Amino acid sequence: MADESTSFSDGGAVPRVVIVDDHRLFRSGVRGELGEAVEVVGEAGDVDSAVHVIGEKQPDLVLLDVHLPGGGGVEVLRRVLAQHPQIRFLALSVSDAAKDVIGVVRGGARGYVTKTISGRELADAIVRVADGDAVFSPRLAGFVLDAFSATDAPPVDPELDRLTQREREVLRHIARGYAYKEVAKELFISVKTVETHVSSVLRKLQLSNRHELSRWATARRLV
Amino acid sequence: MAVPATDTPRLTRAVEGRLLGGVAAGLARHLGLDPVVVRLALMALSVGGIGVAVYVALYFFVPEDPEEKEKESDEPGSRRKGRDLSQVVAYVGLATGLGVLFLLFGGVFDPLLWFVVFGTLGGVILWQHANPSQRDEWMTSTVGGAGVKGLMRAGAGVLLVVVGVIGFLVFQEQLQNARAGLTFAFTVLAGIALIVAPWIIGLIRERDQERRERIRNAERAELAAHIHDSVLHTLTLIQRRAEDPREVQRLARVQERALRSWLYQRPADADTTVSPALERVAAEVEEEHGIPIEVVCVGDCPMDDGLAAMLRAAREAMVNASKYARTENISVFGEVDQEEVLVFVRDRGAGFDMDDIPEDRMGVRGSILGRMERHGGSARIRTSPGEGTEVQLRMPRIPEA
Repeated sequence: MADESTSFSDGGAVPRVVIVDDHRLFRSGVRGELGEAVEVVGEAGDVDSAVHVIGEKQPDLVLLDVHLPGGGGVEVLRRVLAQHPQIRFLALSVSDAAKDVIGVVRGGARGYVTKTISGRELADAIVRVADGDAVFSPRLAGFVLDAFSATDAPPVDPELDRLTQREREVLRHIARGYAYKEVAKELFISVKTVETHVSSVLRKLQLSNRHELSRWATARRLV
Repeated sequence: MAVPATDTPRLTRAVEGRLLGGVAAGLARHLGLDPVVVRLALMALSVGGIGVAVYVALYFFVPEDPEEKEKESDEPGSRRKGRDLSQVVAYVGLATGLGVLFLLFGGVFDPLLWFVVFGTLGGVILWQHANPSQRDEWMTSTVGGAGVKGLMRAGAGVLLVVVGVIGFLVFQEQLQNARAGLTFAFTVLAGIALIVAPWIIGLIRERDQERRERIRNAERAELAAHIHDSVLHTLTLIQRRAEDPREVQRLARVQERALRSWLYQRPADADTTVSPALERVAAEVEEEHGIPIEVVCVGDCPMDDGLAAMLRAAREAMVNASKYARTENISVFGEVDQEEVLVFVRDRGAGFDMDDIPEDRMGVRGSILGRMERHGGSARIRTSPGEGTEVQLRMPRIPEA
């Protein structure tokens, strides 16, 4: 069971993971690449079986493909989080379409990485998300900056609809390809502070009702 | 005849849309009237015999429209080409009917006759809709204008028929008697409408469905063709070059990029705004050197000379990273601000010591630093051995006029 105080980054426990992807080849590939870093407790290839397997195995983290037969990753998030809000999700896709990416993150995923990510980086991201932090790929950081970029419309809720200068700075470094550790060094803050900023951005992204977010996502088809 | 120089078309006999000799259609076009009106007027005149004479005279003295004549022979499949025989029959029938009525009631001023004429006129307008080509337009028409026009015509037709029928009955002093019959008739009509309406709607739906299906099939064919030309080709190449992992990776990346841009096509033109241009530059460098380049762009703005220079500098930075950094991937981040455009090219490769670079090496000093400064921008290079390299480019935006 995922306990709020558990920390996987210490190297003690290994996160229990369910892989949800409709390509069997990809699932076994990821399983092989992750090796000992995580314990894969289940696999699923569509929405219904994913909801079932996750409910049964109660993993620490679900590696979730954005595009799934039966409603997509968003549907899995909706159904699982309604019953098991403690389970964490890391979204994974080849699509890179802003609409899809923003969609799963707003649906509750705590991070997004592309499928081209290396095994080592993926393991790092899993541990980080399982620990409750957020993982932004450079591309997601770019999307978010774009979504929150200055518009003429006044924000409905200034606390949620705007990024602070510091958050913006952190995101820009992530977009430039900096790892959290490098961002911290660059901005003279601790890694923990970087994580706090990213989590805060994630929260704003999930909670902001700013209609520009959705409008932007459909209007811009960033690749 | 004095022909006005401008708007009104010259009086010619129509080829397109003619029923007999094209006299009525041509006349209607010349006068800017609906051909039906002209035809009915001619017919009304024919009751006294004048109409026929006028028609024959016009037929012989007015030439055929030369352009349409040509067009007709050019496109034999044209939908409007032939005469609509059913319409001819209807007009002849109408004329005969009018003649008979004239004989029966013996005078143009008998009001009864006029109600008959009203009714018939309405009938004709309604019936116009049933002619095949127009029905075709109706069904396929997605433009609101055509539909509204059709509805108005139908409404006018119905009104004329109703006025004609009721007037006829009133003058025959038979309305009272006819009430029971009318009720019966309306009920029957309503019943028929109820039965027929779903069928007609079904027909229309089916037609739409068919069209959608056709479009979908066309798309599928295009997709298949594209996949065949690009993806299958690349997969074949990859199988042949399996022993060369670098080449395989390059092929896969090139194909991935091509497929992506095809699937999520950006409307923006690669040469007019910064963000797609930066992506294009990165794609070119990647194809040349085989090192994956990840591009993230925030915002966009039109290109100008300074920005073009910046992109050339960025390209140089990417080429350097690909050639010398011995890295697995390169990150490029472009950001369009209110006042300036920033581009960062970063790798986690070997890095180098700036002081070790000889003064005369053009790559860094000339192509990046010098070029940026010449165009009013600036460049910064952060690197040290083992730490990777980041080239930061900064170019002020020209304020939009």
